[in-house]
Amino acid sequence: MNRRDAISRVALIMGGAVIGAEFFISGCKSTSSQVADLFQPDNVAFLNEVADTILPTTSSPGAKAANVGAFMGVMVRDCYTPADQKVFMEGLTKLNDAAQKQAGGKFMDLTADKRTALLVALDKEQKDYTTQKNKTLADDAAKHKGEADYKGPEMPNHYFRMMKELTLLGYFTSEIGATKALRYVAIPGRYDGDVPYKKGDKAWAT
Amino acid sequence: MSANTYDAIVIGSGISGGWAAKELTEKGLKTIMLERGRNIEHVKDYVNATKDPWEFPHRGGRTQQMIEDYPVLKRDYPLNETNLDYWASDKDSPYTEIKRFDWFRGYHVGGRSLMWGRQSYRWADIDFEANAKDGIGTDWPIRYKDLEQWYGYAERFAGISGNKDGLSILPDGDFMPPMEMNVVEKDVAKRFKEHYKEARAFVIGRTANITVPHFARTNCQYRNKCWLGCPFGAYFSTQSSTLPAAMATGNLTVRPWSIVTKIIYDKDTKKAKGVEVLDAETNQTYEFFAKIVFVNASTFNSTWILMNSATDIWPGGLGSSSGELGHNVMDHHLGVGASGTVEGFEDKYIFGRRANGIYIPRYRNLNGDKRDYIRGFGYQGGGSRSSWGRDIPELSIGGDFKDALTEPGTWQMNIGGFGETLPYHENKITLDKTKKDKWGLPILAFDAEIKDNEKKMRIDMENDAKEMLEAVGVKNVKTHSSNPFLGRGIHEMGTARMGKDPKSSVLNGWNQVWDAQNVFVTDGAAMASTACQNPSLTYMAMTARAANHAVEELKKGNI
Repeated sequence: MNRRDAISRVALIMGGAVIGAEFFISGCKSTSSQVADLFQPDNVAFLNEVADTILPTTSSPGAKAANVGAFMGVMVRDCYTPADQKVFMEGLTKLNDAAQKQAGGKFMDLTADKRTALLVALDKEQKDYTTQKNKTLADDAAKHKGEADYKGPEMPNHYFRMMKELTLLGYFTSEIGATKALRYVAIPGRYDGDVPYKKGDKAWAT
Repeated sequence: MSANTYDAIVIGSGISGGWAAKELTEKGLKTIMLERGRNIEHVKDYVNATKDPWEFPHRGGRTQQMIEDYPVLKRDYPLNETNLDYWASDKDSPYTEIKRFDWFRGYHVGGRSLMWGRQSYRWADIDFEANAKDGIGTDWPIRYKDLEQWYGYAERFAGISGNKDGLSILPDGDFMPPMEMNVVEKDVAKRFKEHYKEARAFVIGRTANITVPHFARTNCQYRNKCWLGCPFGAYFSTQSSTLPAAMATGNLTVRPWSIVTKIIYDKDTKKAKGVEVLDAETNQTYEFFAKIVFVNASTFNSTWILMNSATDIWPGGLGSSSGELGHNVMDHHLGVGASGTVEGFEDKYIFGRRANGIYIPRYRNLNGDKRDYIRGFGYQGGGSRSSWGRDIPELSIGGDFKDALTEPGTWQMNIGGFGETLPYHENKITLDKTKKDKWGLPILAFDAEIKDNEKKMRIDMENDAKEMLEAVGVKNVKTHSSNPFLGRGIHEMGTARMGKDPKSSVLNGWNQVWDAQNVFVTDGAAMASTACQNPSLTYMAMTARAANHAVEELKKGNI
């Protein structure tokens, strides 16, 4: 581990770049005014329930216990581009629309099993979409290989990918996630590069 | 002695400036160290050093505001929430890019010694001989034997941990005990040895992290948060090491917020009398006088100062009579490597976060190997088990998914190359007088790029990485190759090179400016070539050697 990969490790989530961090070229601070809505109690509660469905309580507390819903709001407000913010905000509605269509009710009104079934379906949808998107981008980049100013087509991210990614990031770097779901030692004091591991032992948080 | 008169002036407080201050003050010289930015006090001002990951609101990431505020820094890993205040403001200190150049700067006491990567390697004879042998650039006026004792001197004080590997391409130093390879790296090292015999080596990194207590410094605690500043003083920085030594002599004055705008040159004595300083807070101008001036402002800023000095004699500035001032911009080119998975160690894990990795020293164009390019590259890397950020394709969401992510994933091995960049006269920096920084000072314009030799080398860097990992049994090996832009290595070198002839070099073999022999430049600007090893240890050794020479010459009355 050196300085160069230590920090970039944060960027390797779900086998790709963190949404938001990929926008190296065009930064923009203008925030969609709608984003403030994310901090309304209803929306924090909604996102916490989505997060808790993605990472529920098992032998360790779930994502709601780490208040990942509020964390998502902070990240979307501060780190997302306006385009991604728009996708995310529209995603709140889309997720409920999908709930209505698949399970006949708003997400918050569904049973745990129905919530899980819905998000499994949405996760498949985002994976298929992202796979197709990456292929399109790769094909296009190959077509324009060697063009110095090539930027590539703009293709939006999928809202559920955002929610899942922020849930993972928010949970596993939270105090609860790092110390209860994972193991964390602030000051190891020594290094041992060969310790026994058995299935079920927790991973180090950092 | 007037209030503004000292025996020596040191411009800059980073790795080489700190060393200059230590050496000169320990030899009894009243010295002032001028730093253009703010003070950062050891430990007390490392405001994020003891924070837990969840104390960062964006968990270490970057906000859109940061991306807007730092148009250069955002190009690579330095732009992040955890040590943002250690990086210079791109907006206050702009520069012109005729060609893209990623310039990542630290303007504060300690400079980039606070954020550096700490990998510390000696150069070998072949590195100092390379320019002469290839007929490239100018011959180094020094050889390994000139620096050898100073490498040892620097290592013993800085505290470099490493293994004595007995390699001619990477001379051993006076090391502290090495850090340990982990179980997978040890296995890879064994297979590497079986496969490549003596032709290539795979060794533990040599790093400026101390592994045993050293002076008042505590040994490395394996937190791997060095870039935040270390509350234990466990890695070498100006603050942890050279500054306390210099302060202890009672001979050092440190003046932050002091932008040196020029060296004051006396054409009668053909020496520097002192420097002019612009106070970065008040915009007042001051003069400081001394018998010796050490220029350690970081590679391109050192050259910027020379360019702005003695312009009434030489329009291109002090040292420009050579025709080489500002030329031969160099860096290490990187961003090329490979990674893959290692099977068979699912019952093994690690404890602690080692702030170090493994190193594969250069092997190309050596011992009869001949490529379609000259010089070579080394790799840094390491083995680790993947964490919660990994993809688990067969799982979607829910309890099983979560529980799977709470366990470590497969072992991964990754390596990334650091390649030598040749000195090209046409790769240059110049003064852009049409634009000004926050203080109304002219800025630098960059016109430099990698060329054929580096591009060909990068093909090898990518292919070799894959081939080597596969040869030692790593599976699913994938290569990567990105951004070949200069600056990204943060190993800026050249623009005031050493040489044997004042007609083709700015500095002599003791780092003295040919045209003003009491001016010494001992940072990356002095480099006549880059080798492929991380350069800071060489700056330390070169600075200690030059300071020793400066004091001897002063005593003899020669300067």
